[in-house]
Amino acid sequence: MAAARQSVSARGVRWGKIATREATTVAITIFGLLLVTFLIARVMPIDPVLAVVGDRAPADVYEKARLDLGLDKPLWQQFGIYIGKVFSGDLGTSVLTAQKVTDDIRTVFPATLELATLGTLIGVLIGVPFGIVAAVYQGRWPDQIARVVGLLGYSVPVFWLGLMGLLLFYAKLGWVAGPGRISVIWQDYVTPVTGVIMLDAALQGEWDAFWDAFSHLILPASVLGLLSIAYISRMTRSFMINELQQQYVVAARVKGLSEFRVIWRHALRNAIVPLVTVIALSYMHLLEGSVLTETIFAWPGLGRYLTNALLNADMNAVLGGTLVVGAVFIAVNLFADMVGRIADPRTR
Amino acid sequence: MSDISSAKPGWHDWLITTEPHSRRQARLGQFYRQWLAFRRNPAAMIGLTIVALLLLVAAFAPLIAPFDPIAQALDKRLLPPSSTNWFGTDALGRDIFSRVVFGTRVTLVIVLLVVVTVGPIGLLIGCAAGYLGGWVDTVLMRITDVFLAFPRLVLALAFVAALGPGLENAVIAIAFTAWPPYARVARAETLVIRNADYIAAIRLQGASQARIVWRHVVPMCLPSLIVRTTLDMAGIILTAAGLGFLGLGAQPPIPEWGAMISAGREQIFDQWWVATFPGLAICVVALGFNLLGDGLRDVMDAR
Repeated sequence: MAAARQSVSARGVRWGKIATREATTVAITIFGLLLVTFLIARVMPIDPVLAVVGDRAPADVYEKARLDLGLDKPLWQQFGIYIGKVFSGDLGTSVLTAQKVTDDIRTVFPATLELATLGTLIGVLIGVPFGIVAAVYQGRWPDQIARVVGLLGYSVPVFWLGLMGLLLFYAKLGWVAGPGRISVIWQDYVTPVTGVIMLDAALQGEWDAFWDAFSHLILPASVLGLLSIAYISRMTRSFMINELQQQYVVAARVKGLSEFRVIWRHALRNAIVPLVTVIALSYMHLLEGSVLTETIFAWPGLGRYLTNALLNADMNAVLGGTLVVGAVFIAVNLFADMVGRIADPRTR
Repeated sequence: MSDISSAKPGWHDWLITTEPHSRRQARLGQFYRQWLAFRRNPAAMIGLTIVALLLLVAAFAPLIAPFDPIAQALDKRLLPPSSTNWFGTDALGRDIFSRVVFGTRVTLVIVLLVVVTVGPIGLLIGCAAGYLGGWVDTVLMRITDVFLAFPRLVLALAFVAALGPGLENAVIAIAFTAWPPYARVARAETLVIRNADYIAAIRLQGASQARIVWRHVVPMCLPSLIVRTTLDMAGIILTAAGLGFLGLGAQPPIPEWGAMISAGREQIFDQWWVATFPGLAICVVALGFNLLGDGLRDVMDAR
């Protein structure tokens, strides 16, 4: 009894240590994120005061705005004010939309989430079996095909692939809908609840709108999906090769289990833990890839918001968007780390 | 194995010998063995061919391109591919084939500038962190983690937004976001090398820390760093093209492939060739670097 209790408390201490270390890492990373965005804003050749008051403001108005923005204070104080504002959810006002950046991001983020989620789903559903087959037939032609497809996914510029997809599947074949998120006729049919149109449409039973949204979504999601197929299949392959060399696989075969069962029930189960990390990472990369994809497909998400802001020198929006993407990156990384720790006793 | 010996008996035997008489012979022999292994991998050889072709095309661009890449001919706008204009012409009547050919130079310049800045920086930071350890390691790796936490393209975008669009600024932005993985690789290598017996032997001989790092740790890190660089080239090319596509990289009339795709976007449904060929060029070159890097990894990084 006593020994058992002791080991429980020892484990508690160990988890406490891990949690503290993780928390420090996250805190430092977030601090760095804020510092970098702040410094980028400071080296900008654009005068933040002019962005607020306009070009023809008289000198006293200009001066007042400068004081209001706190630009007369030393840099470290300005940084402190910036941190305070970010944590109270104030990312400033967008010059382009004349709205709070936080509100803007809240409206555009679900669209990006929708895109990246379906993209990752495609990547997992195709990439994982692909990687398994490549590992099982290591060195033979299925492996070579998987290798070439994987390298192609790493080599294709995503914006070009999007254009080619539109050209082929929308303009020539007419299989999918064109740019945009939903056709104009369905625009007001669905009341936004979650902001994810397909989910909203399904919840409200608007199935025509659902399929219209799906037909808009499938092409950009597939384009993104190809990127994650490349990454996921490659990593699945190397994990599976590693597992298939283990003793327990030999034992399972000797026991007379079918090859199917050995691969899917025994080897794959052990490869799942590192795979979760890989899938989380590929999700992050799709969020990034959506920046370019969204411009091509006129997809009203965070990526297009960011690039629009960029081209119009709308610095608050650029930094706000960068900060949000960076924060999501940190969160996903942390999540992947936690899952790995909880699921795999060896990392404890 | 046995069929190789038929290649060149004299040189081959000298290179493959297990008892080299000089350091140079040993080193050349090692290269030669790696080359023999590399040569057996057809995918890697394709990659090498593509990269070699890229270098040749860039070097002899004026001889290969039939037209001036920036000369406009408004009477020949948006012509489809033909025997005179192999890839057709763009909205300003410029020959797309010539522009793609000259685009190899732009791509190479970007890639080389990024690699030349990023490689040494990553090597220095990684080796210093790994060899010195302690608080130096902690601080340097924390900084690296912060940069790794950023999405690469988004950070590069924010940088270019701050610095202003242009080729040089795009290179700076990419370099700024590309170094962390190099530092990680170099550090991981150094951590292994640091505890090796031969390092202890050199330390006992009284070598200074700078000498140990520079003469003995750095050279051992190089192979994996070279592999990493080659595999990273494709990523650099794609990021640069992405910046160019958004109008933040090389400015017109420079024939940059990403910007050319962007220019062809308006006419994609009617004049498909304007955007298609520069994109194909990016694919081929990126694939070449990826295949080459993959092959090099198998040969040089056999751990």
